[in-house]
Amino acid sequence: MVDFLMPSLGADMEAGTLIQWLVKPGDWVKRGDVVAVVETQKGAIEIETFQPGQIDQILVNLNTKVPVGTPLARIRTAGEAKPAAVAAPPAAPAPAVAVPPAAPVVERPPVAPPAPPRPLPGAAARVSPAARKLAEERGIDLSTVTGSGPDGAITYADVERRIAEAAARPPPRKAAPTLDLAAMRVAIAAAMARSKREIPHYYLEHQVEITACEQWLAEKNAALPPEDRILFGALPIKAVALALRRFPAFNGFYRDNKFEASQAIHIGVAISIRGGGLAAPALHDVDQLPLDDLMRQMRDLIQRTRAGRIRGSEMSDPTLTVSSLGERGVEVLYGIIYPPQVAIVGVGKAMVRPWVVDGAIGPRSVITLTLSGDHRVTDGHAGALFLAEIGKLLQEPDKL
Amino acid sequence: MTDSDIQKVVQEELNNIAPEADLASVDPAADLREAIDIDSMDFLNFITAIHKRLGIDIPEIDYPKLVTLKGAITYIAAHLKPVASA
Repeated sequence: MVDFLMPSLGADMEAGTLIQWLVKPGDWVKRGDVVAVVETQKGAIEIETFQPGQIDQILVNLNTKVPVGTPLARIRTAGEAKPAAVAAPPAAPAPAVAVPPAAPVVERPPVAPPAPPRPLPGAAARVSPAARKLAEERGIDLSTVTGSGPDGAITYADVERRIAEAAARPPPRKAAPTLDLAAMRVAIAAAMARSKREIPHYYLEHQVEITACEQWLAEKNAALPPEDRILFGALPIKAVALALRRFPAFNGFYRDNKFEASQAIHIGVAISIRGGGLAAPALHDVDQLPLDDLMRQMRDLIQRTRAGRIRGSEMSDPTLTVSSLGERGVEVLYGIIYPPQVAIVGVGKAMVRPWVVDGAIGPRSVITLTLSGDHRVTDGHAGALFLAEIGKLLQEPDKL
Repeated sequence: MTDSDIQKVVQEELNNIAPEADLASVDPAADLREAIDIDSMDFLNFITAIHKRLGIDIPEIDYPKLVTLKGAITYIAAHLKPVASA
């Protein structure tokens, strides 16, 4: 028997509210099946299971907010005998978070169980128990609360003030119904503040001629119906993924004071949300995806993200993020690393510039690629080689 | 299909992409990418929708002709296959 846990959908997530079960006891599930929908600060996220088997028991009622790591359901693995008084379930493999003690199995009241104590990011700020409870109930990230107590301790009144501030924000413009843009802003604030507080960024930029890409795309797309056409934005994403094979030190997570390289290459794609807001869900195994499939998946991911239908795995496992503002006229974009990732690549606007080719000056389309790297893990020298490799790969788009 | 019918289709498809946009107040000559904040993926989805709904082939090279409301309506009107009258 394996517990299906409330996953961590980002370093800044402490709890989530179970808003929909898509399975019931007795249903069989396979790896990757969406089994529930969880409301987080980033919106409603579809949660998949990575454990095939049969749903044995639902442990958390609808509209219940529980901390990350809480068992939500029990899954009987294939081959297991009928449920009996089995020993303690093994820890589920997916979320890399501390698992709280197993929740009671029967008749859970629709209230949040007490959260396990979690250290605050950064300095060891003190928080009164009442303030912590209120913050959890209202989904307030304590790292965004300024403490007014002794030595900066966070009091109940501080959390109340923070809630009032959030409520006082003007209502967001119309957006997808499941996206809470104010909550998303709080999540972005927490992640970006943590990044700037903890990650010593270094920044590099590199200009890349993309004439070959433009010509290749124009030729390829001319023969395709609109639904199969490829946008330029897919090419740098694929080139980054291929470059990461040679430069694995940019692909992974910095946790517990050390870097953990990821074998898989999952590229986070920074997606702006209409009305404000930003999410960077992952495209999976991008280095292995043919460009056509990458484009199809990117299109699907962007549509679902803007409609508030992101999946849990897409939120939790990007190993590096690519961000682009070129279409908005931005020539150079320096990103802020999304913790616990260790790098972000920026893609700027294609500009026609005088460019020297074979000793002669001619007009060429050029983009500026940037790298924001975590200096705890890599140095500028490696970063320069990584950027140069991406540029080189973009000279042969037919091989992407 | 009259220009008014085409306008309705264009507005419906753009509103599918940008539900909050008040297209009645958008200058027909304004660049839609700025006027209603759509990006290249949104624009490709718009082109795809028009292609599927009206059967018009819109090559990439013609995209610049459809970046305004007025331009899109004019382009579609010119490329719609004439319907045989009864």
